[in-house]
Amino acid sequence: MIDEALKARFDKEISENPIVIYMKGNLLFPQCGFSARAVQLLQPFGKIYSVDVMKEPAVRDGIKLYSNWPTIPQVYIKGKFVGGSDIVADLAERGELEALVKG
Amino acid sequence: MLDPQVLKARLEQALAGATVEIRDTTGTGDHFEARVVSPTFVGLSMVQQHQQVYAPLQDVLATGELHALALKTYTPEQWSKVKR
Repeated sequence: MIDEALKARFDKEISENPIVIYMKGNLLFPQCGFSARAVQLLQPFGKIYSVDVMKEPAVRDGIKLYSNWPTIPQVYIKGKFVGGSDIVADLAERGELEALVKG
Repeated sequence: MLDPQVLKARLEQALAGATVEIRDTTGTGDHFEARVVSPTFVGLSMVQQHQQVYAPLQDVLATGELHALALKTYTPEQWSKVKR
């Protein structure tokens, strides 16, 4: 079960920021190729709010329960879970990321 | 070290009628890429398709034995178009 306080925190971060990524490392220094790729693809579409899960083990575990998604990075756009780096890459390839951000 | 054939067998057992191709991308037995074509994906969002693939691998993902799985998922119909 996910901790209530943690869930409230995720709800808040995701509702207040149009583009949110839970990643390994930060925007300037991603610590995993998948996180780096997702950041790179999202960057053209506006300000990214990022959370470094390496600094917060509780977040690293909690976000996986929150979304029922077992891997990092996790991307949320306009309050909705979008997926990991593969899905972001597929959406970018199809030119659908912009519509999501503007939608 | 995970054997790609074991991952493949697990996925094909969990997803009825699926065709799975797995490649070890680093040769270290913990980073893989997978292409999964499955009739069970019909009508699902991409997130739900990936969740179907992750579900039978939950244990090795949780332990970190499986560090990364780059995923491409297709319904049989989508795949027949991509192939061409």
